Amino acid sequence: MISSDTLERRPAGVSPGAASRRSVRSRRARKVATPYLLIAPAALVYAAFTIYPIFRQFDISFFDWHIFPGATNSFVGWSNYTAIFHDPVVRTAAFNSILFIVITVPLQMIFGLFAAAILTDRLPGSTFWRMAVYIPVITSYVAVSWVFSYIFSSQGGVMNAIIGLLVGHSVSIDWTAQTWTGNAVIWILTIWKGIGWSFIIFLAALDAVPRQLLEAARIDGASERRVWRHVILPSLRTAITFVLVLLVIGAAQVFTQIYEITKGGPYNSTQTFMTYMYEQAFQNFAFGYAAAMASLLAVLLFGFSWAEIHVLRQNDS
Amino acid sequence: MALALERTKPAAPPVGPGLFGIRRMNRPRLVIAIILALISLGPLLYMISLSFQSNSDLLGQTVLVPSHPTIQNYVQAWTENSFGHYFLNSIFVSVVTVVITVVLASLAAFAFARYTFPLREVIFYIFLASLAIPNILLIIPQYLLLDRLHLLDSLEGLIFLYVSTNLPFMIFLLRGFFQTIPREYEEAFRMEGAGTLRVLVQLIAPLSLPAIALVSMFTFSQAWDEFPVALTMINSPSHDTIQIGLAEFIGAHTVAWGPFFAASVIATVPVVLVYLLSQRWGRSGVSLGGIR
Repeated sequence: MISSDTLERRPAGVSPGAASRRSVRSRRARKVATPYLLIAPAALVYAAFTIYPIFRQFDISFFDWHIFPGATNSFVGWSNYTAIFHDPVVRTAAFNSILFIVITVPLQMIFGLFAAAILTDRLPGSTFWRMAVYIPVITSYVAVSWVFSYIFSSQGGVMNAIIGLLVGHSVSIDWTAQTWTGNAVIWILTIWKGIGWSFIIFLAALDAVPRQLLEAARIDGASERRVWRHVILPSLRTAITFVLVLLVIGAAQVFTQIYEITKGGPYNSTQTFMTYMYEQAFQNFAFGYAAAMASLLAVLLFGFSWAEIHVLRQNDS
Repeated sequence: MALALERTKPAAPPVGPGLFGIRRMNRPRLVIAIILALISLGPLLYMISLSFQSNSDLLGQTVLVPSHPTIQNYVQAWTENSFGHYFLNSIFVSVVTVVITVVLASLAAFAFARYTFPLREVIFYIFLASLAIPNILLIIPQYLLLDRLHLLDSLEGLIFLYVSTNLPFMIFLLRGFFQTIPREYEEAFRMEGAGTLRVLVQLIAPLSLPAIALVSMFTFSQAWDEFPVALTMINSPSHDTIQIGLAEFIGAHTVAWGPFFAASVIATVPVVLVYLLSQRWGRSGVSLGGIR
């Protein structure tokens, strides 16, 4: 497909005018087509497996869907959507999701920025420290969820042992069996695993801050606080927005660590929007309802990202 | 918003006295760096320690370092539950995903970086738009799609979904990198009669190896660690990926912590190796930077 373009090859120095009119035109057509041909393979896969499903999902969300072969799906209009707003579990799940975002996103950013500030300038063993901070990002949630479960376990868990040492008598908190402590374990795990990601983005941004500029500000007598406030932080604004947008999107899809650690329990109390959506789809087989939940969240996230980028653009100009 | 992979000159030390003024505060920074590394690696080191502990260590008491180190857990992890089979499935899925993603993303990124054509921006933003949509969000329509294509419960189906998920960000990163390659190189190449494909294979690809290493690492770790999609699309144990194998492990024998952590270590080693390799490879000539 794309190799047709290589036919264009001709000895250097032969003027195109020597060719016939017809072949000039087809050569030009090939030239116009080249970028589209280059994009085509990626676009085909992406259109089939990402774009089409987005629209398909809206479609499904208007039906009372039955996945069993031969069953007929009845059109129910907006009723899946109205049901969402009357579902008490959705309320808990949405609350947990928002809480999850509000707690994990800023803390990941703060720790990530802190680590980046510490490690941006040369330090003995720089490369090692940088790699160490990033490594949790590439581990799998299934594995580390259980490591954290074990650390917070009520039987021989390291965390209880540490708390026991601090308070002077042994404690046996069953962290993952209760709502708030269960949530806390999930938050701690998520922050631990996420710091490295915002770290590399902030590190790249901090590496790019011209050190002479900082020096000039300091020579002019600016305090360290002013240097941070007026020189360093402003130059991080794009990075901060980028990290914020992608972390919120990531946090909205929190699934594996909850599925593994608390399964959304006890009694749905640690359920998030995504784990509940998944349960509705693949345990209750309420595809229409779950698709409505997913579509709603997609619209919200899309709006959020768009607004965030829009605000950034406006600030820039 | 432009986060881009940039070509960098090797070993450019930061100029000037640094982020913290004349006093670079090396000693406190070093102490904090050690603490950061301990926090980051601690749980993983603990996982390794647990994987060598015998059952008597693992039941009911806090043991940081194994009192009777044993490799029995590894033997059990590898031989039970056809874990080796899951491992190979995941290698297959991840490697094929990386190869297809890198090839497709490079072709598209090259077009976006080097050509002007109608609808270029629109197409590019359509690609970027899906960054706003978490991949698990589309799991229902993707399930029905794979079902219709008879790709449900197959590794090929997973590969299609993983490629599609990874493409946008990788196109985004590679486009930024390609834009930093001087056009003159390409023009010189074309003067000698090279077509687009040859330019890509013989000029752009070798120059972009560090960026490709990084993109491959991102894609590999995503495909290797992916859980919810594989959990949903795969039904028969012979097609399970390593993450599904791990998750089932814990359900199958709740008390067998030792073998589980051994399996977790086995499941973590490849992705860490790929990361270290990409760091070695990518060291000279690329930095995740250029946030302008």
